[in-house]
Amino acid sequence: MFESGSPGRTGFFWPEEAGPTGLPQELLRDEIPGFPELGELEVLRHFTRLSHLNFGIESQFYPLGSCTMKYNPKVNEAVARLPGFSLIHPLAPPALLQGAFELLFGLETALAEIAGMDAVTLQPAAGAQGELAGLMLVRAYLSEKGNPRRKIIVPDTAHGTNPASSTLCGYDVVQIRSNDQGMVAPSAVAKVMDESVAALMLTNPNTLGIFEKNINAIADVVHSKGGLVYLDGANMNALMGIAKPGHMGVDVLHINLHKTCSTPHGGGGPGAGPVGVKNLLRDYLPVPRIMKSGNGYELREDFSKAIGRVRSFFGNFGVLVRAYAYIISLGSDGLAETSRMALLNANYIRRKLESVFQIAYPERCMHECVFTDRLQQKRHVSTLDIAKRLLDYGFHPPTIYFPLVVSGALMIEPTETESRETLDAFIDAMTSIAREAEENPDLLKTAPHSTPVRRLDEARAARKPVLRWEPKRD
Amino acid sequence: MEVPEGLKYSKEHEWVLVEGNVAIIGITEYAQQELGDIVYVELPEAGEKVVKDDAFGVVESVKAVSDVYAPVGGTVLEANDALPDSPETVNDDPYGDGWMIKLEMSDKDDLKDLMTAEEYAEYVAQQKGEDEDEDDGEEEEEEDEDEKK
Amino acid sequence: MRYTPHTPSDKAEMLREIGLSEVEQLFDHLPAALRDKAQIALPPGLSETAVKRRMAALAAKNGTAEDWSLFLGGGIYHHAIPSAVDAVISRSEFATSYTPYQPEVSQGTLQAMFEFQTLICQLTGMEVANAGLYDGASAAAEAVLMARRLQEGKHRVFVSRALHPQYRQVIATYVKNLVDVELVEVPFTGRGGIDPEFLARQVDERAMCVVLGYPNFFGVIEDLAPIRALCDRSGALLATVTTEPLSLALLKPPGESGADIAVGEGQSLGVPMALGGPGFGFFACQKRFVRSMPGRLAGQTVDSEERRGFVLTLATREQHIRREKATSNICTSQTLCVLASTVFMAMLGKSGMRRMAEVNARRAHRARERLVKEAGLAPVFSGPFFNEFVLKAKGLSRLQERFAAKKIVPGIPLAEFYPELQDCLLICVTEMNEEEEIEQLARTFGEG
Repeated sequence: MFESGSPGRTGFFWPEEAGPTGLPQELLRDEIPGFPELGELEVLRHFTRLSHLNFGIESQFYPLGSCTMKYNPKVNEAVARLPGFSLIHPLAPPALLQGAFELLFGLETALAEIAGMDAVTLQPAAGAQGELAGLMLVRAYLSEKGNPRRKIIVPDTAHGTNPASSTLCGYDVVQIRSNDQGMVAPSAVAKVMDESVAALMLTNPNTLGIFEKNINAIADVVHSKGGLVYLDGANMNALMGIAKPGHMGVDVLHINLHKTCSTPHGGGGPGAGPVGVKNLLRDYLPVPRIMKSGNGYELREDFSKAIGRVRSFFGNFGVLVRAYAYIISLGSDGLAETSRMALLNANYIRRKLESVFQIAYPERCMHECVFTDRLQQKRHVSTLDIAKRLLDYGFHPPTIYFPLVVSGALMIEPTETESRETLDAFIDAMTSIAREAEENPDLLKTAPHSTPVRRLDEARAARKPVLRWEPKRD
Repeated sequence: MEVPEGLKYSKEHEWVLVEGNVAIIGITEYAQQELGDIVYVELPEAGEKVVKDDAFGVVESVKAVSDVYAPVGGTVLEANDALPDSPETVNDDPYGDGWMIKLEMSDKDDLKDLMTAEEYAEYVAQQKGEDEDEDDGEEEEEEDEDEKK
Repeated sequence: MRYTPHTPSDKAEMLREIGLSEVEQLFDHLPAALRDKAQIALPPGLSETAVKRRMAALAAKNGTAEDWSLFLGGGIYHHAIPSAVDAVISRSEFATSYTPYQPEVSQGTLQAMFEFQTLICQLTGMEVANAGLYDGASAAAEAVLMARRLQEGKHRVFVSRALHPQYRQVIATYVKNLVDVELVEVPFTGRGGIDPEFLARQVDERAMCVVLGYPNFFGVIEDLAPIRALCDRSGALLATVTTEPLSLALLKPPGESGADIAVGEGQSLGVPMALGGPGFGFFACQKRFVRSMPGRLAGQTVDSEERRGFVLTLATREQHIRREKATSNICTSQTLCVLASTVFMAMLGKSGMRRMAEVNARRAHRARERLVKEAGLAPVFSGPFFNEFVLKAKGLSRLQERFAAKKIVPGIPLAEFYPELQDCLLICVTEMNEEEEIEQLARTFGEG
C-alpha cells in the first residue's frame, strides 16, 4: 500500500472549494509524509488480495475452543446498516433516539432473562471491559458496606483477562487449583476464602468445557464470608435454556455478545461485554441508564452510588443491534435449541476422537472438549505441530495450549451452526493427522505446507520489532 | 545438558560465579531451554541494590515471561549491556557471554543456600521427572495460544 | 431451526454415536434444580422478514443524519465514507475471521493492522502505534495507566477540564481504585484551552502526566509549546487526546509538538456514527515506551522460506501471557473498525485527507462567521478551532421547538456538562453540512 501508487493520486473526489480555511498558517502541518497515493481500484485490489490470505467462518470451519466461532447471520449485518441505526448521533436529543433506546432496553431485558439476572448494562465494549466493570461494582458494593477487601480468587483454568482485570481494579489475585476432575472444589475455595476476599471469579462451563456442578455450594462458601460471586460468561453458549447463572448463586456476570449472540469477531473486535447483576448491585451500574418514562425512554445519570462511566456514549451500539436481531430471530425456542446443538456437536466430536487423541478429563463435556498431545508426544509431535498441520487440511486449528493446566491442550468448540458432515470431515482430518504423526512426524513438524506463508519467525519479530512501514533507504 | 563445575546454583535456575566478594550471575542452560528463543532481557542498572530471592530482572521468550531471582543479595556493579541488543546470547552461551549481572555481595552467607553442580544436576533431573514421565525434556516451546474475549 | 442445520435423523444418529437416546441426556448431569427453572421467557423466533420489519420499525423511530441537519460533533462525527470501505469490511474473510493468533492464515488481517499502525504514526507524527483499543475514552485512560507504569513515584495526573467530559469520567472510573493516582482538574481560559498559568503553579516533580484534548472538547486547538516546556521542567509526560483525527491532516501533529503519548477516537476516519460505537481508540507514543504499551501490535518478520510476513508481537505485555502483571486487561483491537479506517485513509490518501480537512475547516469558519454576524450569536472562546466551535445563544432552551420543526439539531448544549456555560452550544460543521443547511441554521437563529 505504501510501495505503490503515484504522487497526487487519490481514491476520493471532492470538488475544490474556494476561500481560506480560516486557520493561521503556523498551526498547519506540511503534507502527511508517506501517506498512500492510490486510486479506488488499486485500494480495492490491495484489500481483496489481503482478504484472500485470511481464513474466515464462511470459508473454513473454526473449532476454536472458548471463542464460539459460530455463523454470523447476514440479516444482522443488513439491519445494522439501516440508516436509522448507523447514522444516528449519540448526543442528539433523546427524542431523536427513541428507537435506539427501545432496542437497548429490549436487549437488556432479554439478556437479563436469558441469564436469570435482575439488571443489565450494555456499556462495556468487550468481555474484558465487562469484567473490569463487574469487579468495580463488587468493589463499590463492598466499600459501601465498609471494606472493599483486598483479594479476588481465580481458578487456574481462568482466562488471562480475569487476573488482569482484578489487578486493574486494585485487587490481588489468589489462584486456586482445579481438582483432578477439572473442577473447582468447594473445599479449595473454603481454604482461601475469608473476610479479605472480595469475590471469586468462576467460568461456567469452565474453560475445560466442564460444568462446575458444585457452583451453588461454592457460592455458599463465598457468600458465607461476605464475598460475591463473579461469573465469566464467556461460555454462555452452553447454557441458554439449560441453566441460568442467576440460579447458581452468581451475583454479577458478563456475556460476550460476539460469542453467544453471533456478532462477527472481525479479526479481533469489535465485541461487546454486557454485565448482568442481581438486585444488590443494581444501584452501582454505570451511567447513563436507560429507563422507561411515560410513552418513551429517557437517560438517567442521577444514581449516586454508580461506578461512573466505563466507555463513552452507549457502548458498541452496532454490535448490540446485531445481537438484538439475533435474539429476536431465534426467540426462546431457538436460543434453547442453539445451546442443545452446541452440546450435541461437542459431544459428538469428543466421542469420535477419544480413541485417537487423549482426552484431558474424563468428565462429561458441555459445548467444548479438551484433548492433549500426550499420545503424539511419543513421536515428538506437539500440539503446535498438529495445529499447523490442520491448516493444510483447510481447517482452522482448535485453541491450543489453553487452559494452562492441560499440557499440550487442544480445545475444540464446534458450535451449533456446523453440520454433521463438516464435523465428520474435521474428525477425518484429525484422525489422518494422528496417523501421520505415527508414520511421518516430519510432515507435521514442518507444517503448514499449503498456506500463503509458512511458519513465521516470531522470535525475530520480537527481538528487533518492526512495527511500521518505513521507506527503503539506499 | 551442561552444568559446569565450580559454579553455584539456585532452585530458580540461576548460576553464580564467585570471585572474592563479587558474584557474577546468569541463568542456566536448563532455564534457557525451558524458555525457548529469548527475545528480551531487562536488567538493573549499576548501583542498584538487589535483595536475595527478589526478582532483579526479566527474561522473555515469544510466549513466556520469567522473572530472574537474585540467588545472593548485594549491589550491582555492572549489568551485561550487550544483552538488551542481542538477547539470543542467553540461549547461545548461558554460562559465558550470556551472563547478566555482577554484584558486590552484601552477605557471603547467602551462598550457603545454593547448590553445587552435582546437586543442581540432580535437582533438574528430578524436575524433569515431575514434568514429563517418558520424555527427555526436549520439548517444543509452549505456545500460549489462548484467550479470547 | 434457524442457524442449526441438524435434521431429526442427524440428531438421532449423532446421539446414537455418543451412546444416548435423547438430547436432554447431554445435560442431565447438571443439578435438576437448575435445569427445571431454565426456560427462557421470551417470544418465539421470527422469520427473517419479520425480523427486518421489527428492526426497521425501531430504526424509523430515530432521527438520522439523512433526514435531519445535524450540527453535532463532540467526539462523534458525520463524514463521507467511500463505498469501498463497506465493500472491504463486508468481506467475510475480514468480518468473520478470528484474532490473528494463527499468522499463517491471517496475513490479511495482520498486514492491514501493520498498515494501520503506520498510518496512525504518520498522521500523529509519533514513532509507534498499536493496532487499536476500545474507544477514545478508554485510550485516554490507558495513556494515564501507561504513564503510571513509566513514572514510578509520581502520582499527580493533570487532566484538562476542556477534555471531553465523558473521557474525563472514564479516566476517573479507571483510576478510581488505584491508590497511587491523584487526578487534578486543570481549568480552561477565555481562549478555550488549558490554563498554562495554573499548570505553571501546580506542575512539579510529583506530576506524572498532563492530559489534554487536541483539538479539545470545545474544538479549540491547544497551544502545546508552553505545556511541553512545563513537562520538560518537571519530568511529566504530555498526552494528547484527539477526538477528531481528520483535523490531523491539516494541523501540526502531536508528535511535532512534543507529545509523549498521542491517543484518540478513530470513528471519524471511515466508521459510521452508530450512536457512538463501535469505533476504535488509537494509541501512539515514543518508541522507547513500546514495551509498556497496552493492546495488540502487529510486527514484520519472515517465514521459514525468508518471505516477508506479519505476526502479533511483543505479546508478553498482554493479559493472556502476563495475566495479573499485564500492561492492560484488553483483549480486542476493534479490528474491523480499524480496517475500515485503514481503507478510508488509503482511499483518501495524502491529498484526499487534506482536501476533506480543508473543506471542514473552511465551512466551519464560514458558518461561525455567519452565525455571529447574521444571527447575532456571541463568541465564547477566542482560540483557533478546526471544525467545531462554541457560541452563546440567549434563551437556548426556548429555541428547541423552532429547530425541531425545521429538522435541525443546532449543536450540543454545553450546560449539561459545564454549568458555567449556560446557553452555550457546541456547533460542528463537516463536509456533510451543505451551504443551504448552514444558511437555514443562521436564519433560524436570526428569527428570534
